[in-house]
Amino acid sequence: MSEVTRADICAIAIAETFRGDGEILASPIGNLPQIGAKLAKLSFEPDLLMTDGVAYLRGDVAPVGAPADNPIVEGVMNYRLVFDTLWGGRRHVMMGASQIDRYGNQNIACIGDPAKPKAQLLGMRGAPGNTINHTTSYWVPKHGPNVFVEKVDVVSGVGYDRARELHPASTRWHEIRRVISNLGVFDFETPDNRMRIRSVHPGITVEEIVEATSFELAVPDDVPESRLPSEDEIALLRRIDPKANGPKEVPG
Amino acid sequence: MDKRTSIAAVVGELRDGMTIGIGGWGSRRKPMAIVREILRSGLKDLTIVSYGGPDVGLLCKTGQAKRVVYGFVSLDSIPLEPHFRVARQAGTIEAQELDEGMLQWGLYAAALRLPFLPTRAGLGSDVTRMNPHLKTVASPYDDGEELIAMPALELDAAIVHMNRADMHGNGQFLGPDPFFDDLFCMAAKRAFLTCEQIVSTDQLLKEGGPYSLKINRSVVHGVVETPGGAHFTECPPDYERDESFQREYAMTAKDPDAWDAFRTTYLECDSEEAYQEAVKAR
Repeated sequence: MSEVTRADICAIAIAETFRGDGEILASPIGNLPQIGAKLAKLSFEPDLLMTDGVAYLRGDVAPVGAPADNPIVEGVMNYRLVFDTLWGGRRHVMMGASQIDRYGNQNIACIGDPAKPKAQLLGMRGAPGNTINHTTSYWVPKHGPNVFVEKVDVVSGVGYDRARELHPASTRWHEIRRVISNLGVFDFETPDNRMRIRSVHPGITVEEIVEATSFELAVPDDVPESRLPSEDEIALLRRIDPKANGPKEVPG
Repeated sequence: MDKRTSIAAVVGELRDGMTIGIGGWGSRRKPMAIVREILRSGLKDLTIVSYGGPDVGLLCKTGQAKRVVYGFVSLDSIPLEPHFRVARQAGTIEAQELDEGMLQWGLYAAALRLPFLPTRAGLGSDVTRMNPHLKTVASPYDDGEELIAMPALELDAAIVHMNRADMHGNGQFLGPDPFFDDLFCMAAKRAFLTCEQIVSTDQLLKEGGPYSLKINRSVVHGVVETPGGAHFTECPPDYERDESFQREYAMTAKDPDAWDAFRTTYLECDSEEAYQEAVKAR
């Protein structure tokens, strides 16, 4: 068994966010989210639907970063069908976040005043529609005070405080399930849906996480360590990520 | 009806201040031959509606786009469109930034001649702060839910690029995704289709099944055969993205000299044919 890396811990934590999702479209955006979701599909969530990253649903699970020789296509998921699927709620997306706050408001649009931004980023993309329609999680490969902020400059993905202000019928499917970073795992399972430390990755302390976060996190009395992969999971991870893209994103 | 025409004639129909929808997605199957002709034309004060890629970046850089309606502007392999980024940060364009799905909904409303379509997308987000003209509508039924009324995005003209078409305006995509090109055509007063190759109607099913005929001739007003017309964006299966050209293009946002050289070589050509020659000579 090869050595367990920090990237493996993140991949397991990401996979765990898809546990229980069943037969829905998993849309992991980014390297480690891809690796984690594929691990979930190959182990405990075999019914997940995943795309080839372009427009087709894959019946098999290909390694990341490698073009497949004989892809099995089980269906079509072009952009129009993506919108239909997500507005119908049969999806769990894991997006990135340039900024995120204590209630899970996420910004990927721009830094500064959106009328004349200091830095234009990706734009709203699908974040507003995703967060109001189905389960959303976030992946932050570099946890720091400029990402975990007191207040996001622009709300792309809708957090719990914003959702609470809406008509209750509109937020029936709003769920920010998990935030995974290179330091730990976070959720919103608190009385007022403030972000809470769910677990710390092995080798990381709660103090380090608090230091790297600009807002006050809910910290339970006993914070568990993020779980380690089993030997079978390690074997799967090496198969899913043969070029070690995960450790390039999160070293250590 | 034979709707074959030229890119010069298509752009000759456009006027300053028009709202123009551009098909494709990011740096994928963009009607670049017509975009290049617009760059040569000097048209100005345009409102561009697009799943944005280099089409938006170029029209921002030349100052011809006054307003842009978009969910993102990306070059795919280069996540942020550099010229669009510069324009946003300098405040030189009016930005109407929407959720990607809202953009589809606005085009669909226009296609169906409806004033708006209701949606949850955008609720609670700063889409409403960035688009103060957006209004909500209450469901008239017992649920009483408050929804965003996405207004129709009516287009004066639409331009799209397909793999194949016939001279009547039946358009065919052979790649993996039709994107929203049919909606762009349906939402526009006048729609123009460029393609890699014009074939006779009886040859349309030679390369793809009936469902690849995504655009029918009733919504198309002009057809132009422009081989390489999506360059440097991808147009599979005919060609992949020209990544090295795209990198050269992206570099021009950082270096005024590089932009001048790029403009002289590729944008100040007399014609699309001259552009394609310049690309070959690279």
